[in-house]
Amino acid sequence: MSDLIRVVDAEQATRNERKALGFWIYIMTDCVLFATLFATYAVLHGNVFGGPAGKDIFNLPFVLAETLILLTSSFTMGLATIMAAKGNRHQAYTWLAATFILGFSFLMMEISEFGSLIIDGNGPSRSAFLSSFFTLVGTHGLHITVGLLWILVMLWRFYKHGLKKQDLHRLSLLALFWHFLDVIWIFIFTIVYLMGSLS
Amino acid sequence: MNNLREIIFGRLTWQAFQHDPIMGGAGVFMVVALLAIMGYVTYKHKWGWLWRNWFTSLDPKKIGAMYLIVAFIMLLRGLADALMMRGQQALASGANGYLSADHFQQVFTAHGSIMIFFVAMGIVFGVINLIVPLQIGARDVAFPKLNSISFWLFAAGMIIINAPLIAGEFSTAGWLAYPPLSELQYSPGVGVDYWIWSLQIAGIGSLISSINFVVTIFKMRAPGMTLMKMPIFVWSVLGSMVLVMFAFPILTATLGMLSLGRLLGMHFFTAGGGGDAMMYVNLIWAWGHPEVYILVLPAFGIFSEVVPVFSKKKLFGYTSMVWAIAIITLLSFTVWLHHFFTMGAGADVNTFFGIMTMIIAIPTGVKVFNWIFTMWRGRVQFTTAMWWFIAFVVSFTLGGVAGVMMSVPPADFQFHNSLFLVAHFHTMIIGGVVFGAFAGFNYWFPKFFGFKLNERIGRWSVFMWVLGFLLAFTPLYILGFMGATRRLDHYDASLGWQGLFIVAAVGVGLILVGIGLQLLQVGVSIWQRKQSLDTSGDPWDGRTLEWSLPNPPAEYNFAVIPTVTERDAFWVAKHNNAQPSTDYEPIVVPENSGLGAVVGSLALVFGLAIVWHIWWLVIVTLVGVILALIISLTRDEMYTVITTDEIKQIEAAREGAAA
Ligand code: HEM
Ligand SMILES: [Cu+2]
Repeated sequence: MSDLIRVVDAEQATRNERKALGFWIYIMTDCVLFATLFATYAVLHGNVFGGPAGKDIFNLPFVLAETLILLTSSFTMGLATIMAAKGNRHQAYTWLAATFILGFSFLMMEISEFGSLIIDGNGPSRSAFLSSFFTLVGTHGLHITVGLLWILVMLWRFYKHGLKKQDLHRLSLLALFWHFLDVIWIFIFTIVYLMGSLS
Repeated sequence: MNNLREIIFGRLTWQAFQHDPIMGGAGVFMVVALLAIMGYVTYKHKWGWLWRNWFTSLDPKKIGAMYLIVAFIMLLRGLADALMMRGQQALASGANGYLSADHFQQVFTAHGSIMIFFVAMGIVFGVINLIVPLQIGARDVAFPKLNSISFWLFAAGMIIINAPLIAGEFSTAGWLAYPPLSELQYSPGVGVDYWIWSLQIAGIGSLISSINFVVTIFKMRAPGMTLMKMPIFVWSVLGSMVLVMFAFPILTATLGMLSLGRLLGMHFFTAGGGGDAMMYVNLIWAWGHPEVYILVLPAFGIFSEVVPVFSKKKLFGYTSMVWAIAIITLLSFTVWLHHFFTMGAGADVNTFFGIMTMIIAIPTGVKVFNWIFTMWRGRVQFTTAMWWFIAFVVSFTLGGVAGVMMSVPPADFQFHNSLFLVAHFHTMIIGGVVFGAFAGFNYWFPKFFGFKLNERIGRWSVFMWVLGFLLAFTPLYILGFMGATRRLDHYDASLGWQGLFIVAAVGVGLILVGIGLQLLQVGVSIWQRKQSLDTSGDPWDGRTLEWSLPNPPAEYNFAVIPTVTERDAFWVAKHNNAQPSTDYEPIVVPENSGLGAVVGSLALVFGLAIVWHIWWLVIVTLVGVILALIISLTRDEMYTVITTDEIKQIEAAREGAAA
């Protein structure tokens, strides 16, 4: 029987290694997806077609607040991973929950930004610029939504099963995903909002 | 009342099911065939068996076989479309032919999309699934469940692209759906939506598959098999899968934007609203050019296996082959603009892309020479697989020269969108991918079925195929020079093109004879299998690890994972008289999983619902997919363990059968 356990354990370890590599590759493919949307934005951002340009609609302080919230959430996610690795279940749980709340606030702010734009008649079908803006930022928001769902599932697992070894590995992938979305947002903040407001 | 109907059924109405006799006939035929198959399965009480042994199986050999079955059925569908077009163009000189213009447009769009996405891609993923784990000495792929999801997404896309035969109509915008024609304003029906969602769903499956196989190749090679000791087929798959990884997200994003334009009125590629149609053309070819190498690299890989084995020599220039694959992989992202030199990007840009295109022909040429040098002074056995290789060299060289001609921008202004181009890419795709697949089929058939295919009929099938193929496509080169553009449903009689179109139609007839001979080859071989039985597992005196296994390989492939010291690992082992080890260890195999079939079915309904704007169903299926994934991903993984005693029994039974 010990033979069996050894074989299954070894299998599980190599599987985790594969998963980590696979997840990195997935992140790379997602980078290509975002690169495509960035390229489209770069080409179309001047085509305002009589509608507003970036500097007419961007509210920089608001977006800055969004950015800080997301950055903080990446920090709390880091804390959650460290605490989980230390086996400190309570702390891990708390920091993960904090990450969720921050991420959720970010998403709500984004939705309210989109909402007010649409109410003002500057929805995605207004011009090519707005189409590419909504799609690029919205795709990031969609990823954040997926991340939030994932966090919820993790919280539920922690609550129910404690810190299983397999969940620690999953948490490390989740953290990777979350930091990746942070990096993408930095690009969005710089290229879309900052450069758009300045020009 | 009407409102309620719209909420429940979206755009779907009774009229959608009414078709003209030809399309309706095809639809009825499809439904009847499907019902017949399902009736037969029910009659034989085989549903449970199908579900347990095939639909939920995570064995890559079975998944690979299912890919190939789908690809073969789609090949027949694509051929039927080709026949209709050839018939139309042979008849429509100064007349209207038997197809309406609208129907003709649907036919060429369906033909192109199906052939690329469901025939060629299906062949590629099928062969990869069957062969890669065997060649690297692995028992499985890295992510078996994802592999099953990939296949079922592919199958869902396949059903969606065939659904217009039953409800609604297909896209008329060509296989790449250029805007503004594909925008809502000019294509308000469901056709383009069918096209988008079929490709989107299948494409996501391909993307997942690429991650799977890259990890498999990097992480699961047998001990000792360094990268430079991998079989060249595995290298070419690696190149191809890396291309999928980088190219398919572009497709996903582009299709996504096209559909946002159609669903939410966004302006990416529209003529109004500040959109830019050429943006689409650039993006789609930034995916599309790598796509052709995604298809042809594995075919190159197959030839790299076939040629050394039947020349009784090791592959000439292994290192240069690896470099050629690497360079092709890299450069295929730098040539996309050659598909639209006529865009008007200016002389500098066109010159750059023209030169890059000529440069990428060099590593391809290197490969052809390496194969020929491998044959040189070898003891060449002219088996059917080898004849397919020779057919490939002939047509690929022909098509390659035409390709280099088109890479000269001023010349391309003449060739662009003409039948010359159509002839070129068919020479490459049929000569490369399809002939490659046939070579691989003849070569690896005994590994999975335990007997060889009939050589004589095989040779005849090659001969008829090549003859038909030359007759069908050489006239198109000439017609292209005469000014015939592609996608013509009729032309003026005074142009004098009809003769050549009739020759081309005859050519397709000969191709059909070739296919008939292939079917006959398989039938006769099954019939006379006693005479061509192979019990050794190594019928061709092979060089790579798959030939070290009995036919067919056990579920776990290798009872003991081999240790590799050299290239052509099995060849070396044979010549050192190495005996396979019997130090068995328990083997962990994944348990069957219905997740793939469930996600695939939900994706299918999701696709159909979004095409027909049935929003409630879109939401239900989306939530369903998310739930299925969460449930399956959070469940602890299930394994079956095969104990050493069981392995001993299985292996002994196989020895017994072989002796
Ligand atoms: C086996 C025999 C085949 C025949 C006789 C055939 C015939 C044709 C014909 C007549 C056309 C339309 C040409 C025109 O625009 O006037 C066409 C287009 C096309 N074919 Fe084939 N074909 C064959 C196989 C294939 C295969 C194997 C593939 C790919 C794997 C393929 C991919 C395409 C594509 C992408 C188009 C362009 C469709 C469009 O214009 O949107 N064909 N073919
Ligand atoms: Cu190209």
